[in-house]
Amino acid sequence: MKHGPMRSGFAELIANLRALPGNVMASVNRSSTASSTRGRSQSVFGNVFLHIHSVRTHRWTLRPRFTMGLGVAAGMLFLMLVVSGAVLMIHYVPSVDGAYNSVKNIHFVVPGGRVIRNLHRWAAYAMVVAVFLHMVRVFYTNSYKKPREFNWVIGVILFVLTLALAFTGYCLPWDQLAYWAITIGANIAGSPAEVTDAIGITDTIDIGGFQKLLMLGSNSVGESALLRFYWGHCVVLPLAVVMFLAVHFWRIRKDGGLSRPDDIRDEELEGTPSEALAEEVFQPETKSYGLMCLVKDRTPAVNRGPERTVLSWPHVLRVEVAIAMVLLAAMLLLALFIDAPLKEFANPAVPENPAKAPWYFLAMQEIISYSAFTGGMVLPGITVLMLMLIPFLDRREGGTGRWFGMPGDRKLAGVTAIVMAVTVVAMLTFTITVGWLRDWFPDTNQILITAVNPGTVLAGFVTILTLGALAITGSTRKSAIVFFTCFLVSFVILTYFALIHRGPNWDFYWWPSMWPTH
Amino acid sequence: MTEQESKDQKCDRRTFMTGGGWLTALLGAVGMAGLGSVAGLKPRVLPDPSAQFKIGPPQDFPVGTVKVFEEEKVTICRDSEGMYAISLVCTHLGCIVTYNDSEQRFDCPCHGSKFTMLGKVTKAPAPRSLDWFKISTLPSGQLMVDRSITIPLGTKVAV
Repeated sequence: MKHGPMRSGFAELIANLRALPGNVMASVNRSSTASSTRGRSQSVFGNVFLHIHSVRTHRWTLRPRFTMGLGVAAGMLFLMLVVSGAVLMIHYVPSVDGAYNSVKNIHFVVPGGRVIRNLHRWAAYAMVVAVFLHMVRVFYTNSYKKPREFNWVIGVILFVLTLALAFTGYCLPWDQLAYWAITIGANIAGSPAEVTDAIGITDTIDIGGFQKLLMLGSNSVGESALLRFYWGHCVVLPLAVVMFLAVHFWRIRKDGGLSRPDDIRDEELEGTPSEALAEEVFQPETKSYGLMCLVKDRTPAVNRGPERTVLSWPHVLRVEVAIAMVLLAAMLLLALFIDAPLKEFANPAVPENPAKAPWYFLAMQEIISYSAFTGGMVLPGITVLMLMLIPFLDRREGGTGRWFGMPGDRKLAGVTAIVMAVTVVAMLTFTITVGWLRDWFPDTNQILITAVNPGTVLAGFVTILTLGALAITGSTRKSAIVFFTCFLVSFVILTYFALIHRGPNWDFYWWPSMWPTH
Repeated sequence: MTEQESKDQKCDRRTFMTGGGWLTALLGAVGMAGLGSVAGLKPRVLPDPSAQFKIGPPQDFPVGTVKVFEEEKVTICRDSEGMYAISLVCTHLGCIVTYNDSEQRFDCPCHGSKFTMLGKVTKAPAPRSLDWFKISTLPSGQLMVDRSITIPLGTKVAV
């Protein structure tokens, strides 16, 4: 018997078992310690999840009042939605017969189901708000300027995808809200018929009917429509968001981090974390660009020293984790105390009255109540297109990375907001008290109403203001500020108006408590 | 400009043909995949309920009748000139209009469109009047409404 090798084999095994936790951690982390500067750098670029961060982050990025954490918040909320959505998918049945009861089961029977569903609803609402405010932040800090034009476009696409996800999700419980939301949504897709009918070519070219058919998989709202919305909500749209998010994050890195001014004064950075290396100013000849020096053309880091940056680990990660925790706590609190609505089972014979869209679509619903095609397709389409075009139409440099970076920006935005608010309220007042073409001349040709209605009048006014600002100030940036502020103000006011002041039959009421009981 | 550089910038026949071939192949593949996907989304057989339904013999509808068929979303009326079937689906965004007995008209709950008893639109946002459907008499004497055939507003059937 040979005792020696066997004993030493066991000794080695035991030693390995003892060292198991440490070795597993080291193999996962790829570096042994995160306490040294080198280790902290490695923990960022050696980790597939963390390496979307740069190793060092500029202190300007960490000013809370600059970003307000909105982009991170939107991303974290998306993460919460993916997780809670995956849980909901186990219990949800995507069929006309099963959907409503399965949602009821989630609410009343599944352990913790009520909280998960409520969390999903609240996180969805919060994500729409966060994405929207993030867009507002990026606009007013002038951060869409070269080289970040493309990332702004990706951002607008993500905003549209967020709304699409919210809408498709809203339809899944198959209650009265869901059924009539799908019905209205599908008929908006079918609204080009408003024009083709009026010129009498619907029998030949029925664009609206085709779009509607693709959306519903049928001419009426039923099983196939529900399945398509489910498929969109759980497969296609989340995948698209993940893809675009990947590009969005990647472009932040490639475009040189978050935007920041060229002329940062030291006192402006007070209150952000700092470290010894951040104070050091590197001389140009000591910079190393690695692969970047092998290729010609502009590189993101050229002429920008690494000074004033701090290690992303822990400074950025700490902030991100803090935002995630605060959000999760807030969403859980809301989920515990306020239930997501579930109305009666879908009834194709009796619409809800009023049949209101979810709040983030109410601005659109208000202009839809003037004309389906204009309000549901043309104006939203033009608005999204204009938002995407902003960075290509306004290429004026300066003021990047600061809220209202150029002199007069803040005042201009304020004045525009007041002018637009007065205009929107005046337009609404006129429409409610005096009416519109169809009320005066019932036989008006629909093309005229599609082209000239309160919605297009408002859009025309925005155009005049935007071009007027361009003519007076001679600055595309000022013009862009006027356009964006007009969009922002009319979106907020129309949403508020449709939420509070529209009642049964879409009539005007001062307060929901004044709605007639029926 | 050196000879090499000018050669780099010009596109010779071989490059053009090869590139064009690849581009055509690529566009063809993507185009066919795209068309195929869209065609796959468009159903060939619609799972909708039948557009036709029977409403009984004419004597069930004496002059002055306004009868709502809730499930079929149609109202059948008869006056001294004849019978007619009006769709209850609002032409704006597909909500179901309700028969307002006191005002003698149809109201849409969703966006406030209003229609006369003959379906004529009197208040926006509805872009056009309510659809009128064809009523025909079956050999059995029963009346049948066909929701797939719309007829001009005001076409009443004498029965």
